[in-house]
Amino acid sequence: MKKNWPVLLLGAVLLIGLVLPLVTGAAPGGFYVEVLLGGLMSGVLYSLVAIGFALIFKASGVFNFAQGSMVLFAALAVARMAEAMPLWLAIVLGTVIMIALAWVIERLVLRPLVNQEGVALLMATLGVTYFLDGFGQTLWGSDIYKIDLGIAKEPVMVLDKVFKGGILVNKEDFVAAFVAALLVAGLVLFFQKTATGRALRAVADDHQAAQSIGIPLNRIWMIVWSVAGFVALVAGVIWGSQLGVQFSLSQVALKALPVVILGGFTSIAGAIFGGLIIGVGEKMAEVFLGPVLVKAFDLAGGGLENWFAYVLALLFLLVRPEGLFGERNIDRV
Amino acid sequence: MAGESNTRAGRIGDVILAVEGVSLAFGGVKALNAISFDVREHEVRAIIGPNGAGKSSMLNVINGVYHPQEGTIRYLGREYHDMDPHQVAVSGIARTFQNLALFKGMSVLDNIMSGRNLKMHSNILLQALRIGPALREEIEHREVVEGIIDFLEIQAYRKSQVGQLPYGLQKRVDLARALAMEPRILLLDEPMAGMNLEEKQDMCRFILDANDHFGTTIVLIEHDMSVVMDISDRVVVLDYGRKIGDGTPDEVRANQAVIDAYLGVTH
Amino acid sequence: MLYRENGQFKSTYASDQQMLPILQDRIFMAGLLLFAFVAVPMLASDYLFLSLLIPFLILALAAIGLNLLVGYCGQISIGHAAFMSVGAYAAYNLALRVPQLNFLVVLVLAGLIAAAVGILFGIPSLRIKGLYLAVATLAAQFFTDWLFARVKWFTNYSSSGSVSTAPIEMFGWKIDTPAEKYLFVLGVLVGLTLVARNLVRSHIGRAWMAMRDMDVAAEVIGIRPVYAKLTAFAVSSFYVGVAGALWGFIYLGAWEPLAFNLTLSLNLLFMIIIGGMGSLLGSYFGAAFIVALPILLDQVPNLLGVSMSTATASHLASMIFGGLIVFFLIVEPHGLARLWAVGKEKLRLWPFPH
Repeated sequence: MKKNWPVLLLGAVLLIGLVLPLVTGAAPGGFYVEVLLGGLMSGVLYSLVAIGFALIFKASGVFNFAQGSMVLFAALAVARMAEAMPLWLAIVLGTVIMIALAWVIERLVLRPLVNQEGVALLMATLGVTYFLDGFGQTLWGSDIYKIDLGIAKEPVMVLDKVFKGGILVNKEDFVAAFVAALLVAGLVLFFQKTATGRALRAVADDHQAAQSIGIPLNRIWMIVWSVAGFVALVAGVIWGSQLGVQFSLSQVALKALPVVILGGFTSIAGAIFGGLIIGVGEKMAEVFLGPVLVKAFDLAGGGLENWFAYVLALLFLLVRPEGLFGERNIDRV
Repeated sequence: MAGESNTRAGRIGDVILAVEGVSLAFGGVKALNAISFDVREHEVRAIIGPNGAGKSSMLNVINGVYHPQEGTIRYLGREYHDMDPHQVAVSGIARTFQNLALFKGMSVLDNIMSGRNLKMHSNILLQALRIGPALREEIEHREVVEGIIDFLEIQAYRKSQVGQLPYGLQKRVDLARALAMEPRILLLDEPMAGMNLEEKQDMCRFILDANDHFGTTIVLIEHDMSVVMDISDRVVVLDYGRKIGDGTPDEVRANQAVIDAYLGVTH
Repeated sequence: MLYRENGQFKSTYASDQQMLPILQDRIFMAGLLLFAFVAVPMLASDYLFLSLLIPFLILALAAIGLNLLVGYCGQISIGHAAFMSVGAYAAYNLALRVPQLNFLVVLVLAGLIAAAVGILFGIPSLRIKGLYLAVATLAAQFFTDWLFARVKWFTNYSSSGSVSTAPIEMFGWKIDTPAEKYLFVLGVLVGLTLVARNLVRSHIGRAWMAMRDMDVAAEVIGIRPVYAKLTAFAVSSFYVGVAGALWGFIYLGAWEPLAFNLTLSLNLLFMIIIGGMGSLLGSYFGAAFIVALPILLDQVPNLLGVSMSTATASHLASMIFGGLIVFFLIVEPHGLARLWAVGKEKLRLWPFPH
């Protein structure tokens, strides 16, 4: 990275904000680590959704606003089906459903719009979001449902020798992180080692060039959307087991947007780092910065989580629009 | 047409624009290599050269769209290391683009009126109410634009959407918009590309008329040699980013380096 | 053959440039205004005013505002309800703390405050565009959501976070019946539509459209991108701010911070997509559509004799919205306004087929 003073400044401010609570003693060590871990874990969840974004954008230049709705749809499908069959079967069927759904979206919505500019495609995926939200709830119902992965829900106390009182960690969070790591490893292997993966990367680079060497664009896009659908399923199952499957899932997934801005729209590594940064950042802001602001400005409660990610993304957009790992050719004015 | 150049030669004035030692590179590719030439007021200066010679890049540098790494540009007695597009427009340089940079969502009339933007000063409140100065401005500038429309013979198309016109007419609208700025220097990037003989003759006539009646200095990039030889006063020849010829059409035509470049002789 | 320009020659530029150059259009518009101002108040029911006409008028105003930014200037914003909330809270605080002010003055000031905030959030558009700008505008949305919910001063330290307003009184006229509310909003809307039409036809409007169509060329002919974009944000936010104030004071009467949430922003965007981007008429069509659709969806099952829970109805509404957005984008990206224009063209030739 070239010497870019605004970026370094932003990074420095963030780093200072990160260690400040520890240094000033505002938070005892154990609590700080808990919050940090909590942030990391929610960051993993964001990353899971963001990976789906990045995949589709990488291969087709389309920003799939509907990724969040796909996550909700998948979670609803699995949750409801699991009421009538073993969980593993529900997940398998769910995968099939998601792949079918991804195909339909690609075929019916994106194919006809291929020649229009990015804004039209963005709006189209917005339309798909609305449609999917309504459709999913019509099909599967709109109550809150549970996905039971069979992992104990009570937090476990660890490291009580290192930190006074120990720190509470959730087993589920570790499972989530593990699954995310597996997914990423699988995707990386797929992209780097298989012929299809290579073709995908070629298409991401230059549609026309890829077409001219005989890569079937439509088939590649189908594959990408199917993989994105599968990623949505994984995200949906993990989120759903953690937070319960409900409509707000689709909105929370909106937060994955700032994640891809931080990470770079086309980078899977970026989706992960971006997710972790956003997750940690927002938790820290909520827990440590929030009370400070509430006291200073006599606010009615915290709630920084609602906007911290977006404002951070905005700042990044102003100093480093391509994100941490993205490519430099964005629509800069 | 050749005979006219003698009578027109008397109108040519002093140097109005000069580029000196301008170099432009994109990454490792050098688009322009220490180019120097000047342009005299009221003349028709052609820039020619094989494809990829850097002609459009040269215009982009003058316009301020690209910023050269080296060299200076002298315009109206002042020196610049790079130009700012707005400043360039304000000080009287207009241009047309090779790929037609028309505003596809607007009509022909609106496109040309947008060329008058620099001269319209009423504030936003007056425009909102469309009274007084704002209303007068719209009508006055409409009159000027209608003059240009008459000049370029596109009256029948003034209310049409620009995107629906045939290519030749779009090129005329591009020229009209540039003329609407009442520029001192008009940079034309391949104004006759893709035209048939009749359209080319019309375009030549318009360019020469603009030069004659409005005194506009013309700098044009053109591939059609007969056009260049007929209408230009002086010619600059570029090849691979370097200047290989500079003089009257006859001088340039006889220049061996130029002939070699066009015939593809390696050097 | 009723609708043609035959014989209507213009001998001055002023008459050629007027808003409605065709006589039949002028007659139609006069009739429409007469109908709207005189007939409707006499004929419509309170229900019609409160649930259909008033929200339609206010949302049309907001849609015009968003259209100026997105449709005419090409800058995307998916958080525009943020500026509605700025206008609403600004109007509330002005009316509360400076009660002597005439309400029209309050409206204008609220609009100006919204315009200032709009300029602030428009600054990113100077460096980024398209999709990235969209996400930046989301920051505006969520930040203002938070600001008005948490900073107690804005809600006058209300314990619930909600605010309520008294009926408007100006020049001795107390606006408390639905018909009066309708007339007031209609007046404001007609006035501001006229202004929008003027702006779009003058050099600032052309500068906006030039930025939308090709910003590099626009710069080369001397248009300043900063000025064009920021004025677009300012004017757009002014309109949307006034709409927000009207929405709060006249339509809602009382509201909580989430009244201006993302859903409203997205609805505004859908209005201009379906109605037609870059068209003032399209803003009206889009607003009418978005207001009418849920009501239709409520009534149709009853008419068909089928019962549907409100939850299902709202899900169905989502599906139809989403489906229509996609449909319009594929089939007619220029929205209902284009269909209307095509219809008018056919009307010029009617009854001849070509």
